[in-house]
Amino acid sequence: MSELSVNSLWIRLRDSAVYRSIVRHGVTDTNLNRSLIIFENLFLHVHPVKVREKTLRFTHTYWLGGITTACALVLTLTGVLLMFYYHPSVPQAYKDMKELTFVVEDGAFLRNLHRWAAQLMVFSAFLHMLRVFYHRAFRPPRQFNWVVGIILLLVTLLLSYTGYLLPWDQLAFWGVSVGTNMAKEAPVVGEQVRFLLLGGHVVSENALLRFYVLHCVVLPVALLILLSVHIWRVRKDGGVQGPAEELETPEPREVP
Amino acid sequence: MPDDLDEIFQRTEEEPSRRDFFGSVGLAACAAAVAGSGVVTLDYLRPKVLFEPPTRFRAGSPLDYTEGIVRFNKQQKAYVVGAASGVYALSAVCTHLGCITRFLSDEKCIACPCHGSRFDLEGNVIHGPAPRPLPWLEVQVDAAGSLIVDTSVVIPHGKIFKA
Repeated sequence: MSELSVNSLWIRLRDSAVYRSIVRHGVTDTNLNRSLIIFENLFLHVHPVKVREKTLRFTHTYWLGGITTACALVLTLTGVLLMFYYHPSVPQAYKDMKELTFVVEDGAFLRNLHRWAAQLMVFSAFLHMLRVFYHRAFRPPRQFNWVVGIILLLVTLLLSYTGYLLPWDQLAFWGVSVGTNMAKEAPVVGEQVRFLLLGGHVVSENALLRFYVLHCVVLPVALLILLSVHIWRVRKDGGVQGPAEELETPEPREVP
Repeated sequence: MPDDLDEIFQRTEEEPSRRDFFGSVGLAACAAAVAGSGVVTLDYLRPKVLFEPPTRFRAGSPLDYTEGIVRFNKQQKAYVVGAASGVYALSAVCTHLGCITRFLSDEKCIACPCHGSRFDLEGNVIHGPAPRPLPWLEVQVDAAGSLIVDTSVVIPHGKIFKA
């Protein structure tokens, strides 16, 4: 009885003008409606409507790109939550870290989640690159997406690096001193790059604010745009490519 | 239709139309505006006033520095060292990757905690990975007779200040 009423409620909702204005595809399970579910959704439409079943197997891609994307999602969510307690100023930044770790409810959990997801994201992005390399998926027609992927790896490393300064502890300070001195060694522009990056000659409050803006706004936006292109390009280039031998030797035909 | 216009205005193929001309002028103006805002943004990001410690500092009287005396100035990251014939100043910033070195009085050497570089009291590298010796800094004396060290002026290695 109750199930019946839930069902009728669902049907009433499904037929309502509001629901019909949001979800345009029909309800019957047809190929057209299945396609429309993907086509008409902003978030799904970068994906192909149909994929080969074998591309979903774990050993086809080891799901490394997906793991990296999942890490990015976790990092965005935990990062936004951490921002509610964090001031990018000296010495408040360090005090906020202490507060987050020891006082704020679940603060230590969120910080640790952010940190571990960051480590995993760099690691899985790197493994993803190796996987693509060894499966020879960088070759035409995927050569453009390989380059996009390399830029994404650089953005990931820069995100990891800019986040390193934010706790404003000894490790952060010297890590960034060393890193920006490496940038200084670049020919011709090195000195200028370091000056612009730090907003001065030494690692100071200016540097903290700049790294904060890069970490929380500039680089995540760059990541979002490039990631969208990257995933859309996978569809455009004919889906994910698995082991290269699958391409070259077609399935042996059964001889009766 | 375009052929007719060409005939009416007696245009030849080499001659661009007025519309094409204004089109490229507009495009060039947009490109100039984009390039200009790029330059202006870069300039905006370059701070004009810095609240960093001053590069010049007083290091006391030359008489304080008998041979073997090493004083470390924490804020300006420099050593002032007494030698047999005078006084000289060394940068305390490691030439490897910019960590602040420390004077080890029992070993009479300057050591970097980050990657293990070691320097002697004249700033020469005695252990890598530092690629260059520590820079020597300018030492002067003011009217009151106290030493003034300027960390922004690097002087040739071995130029000892004689009071």
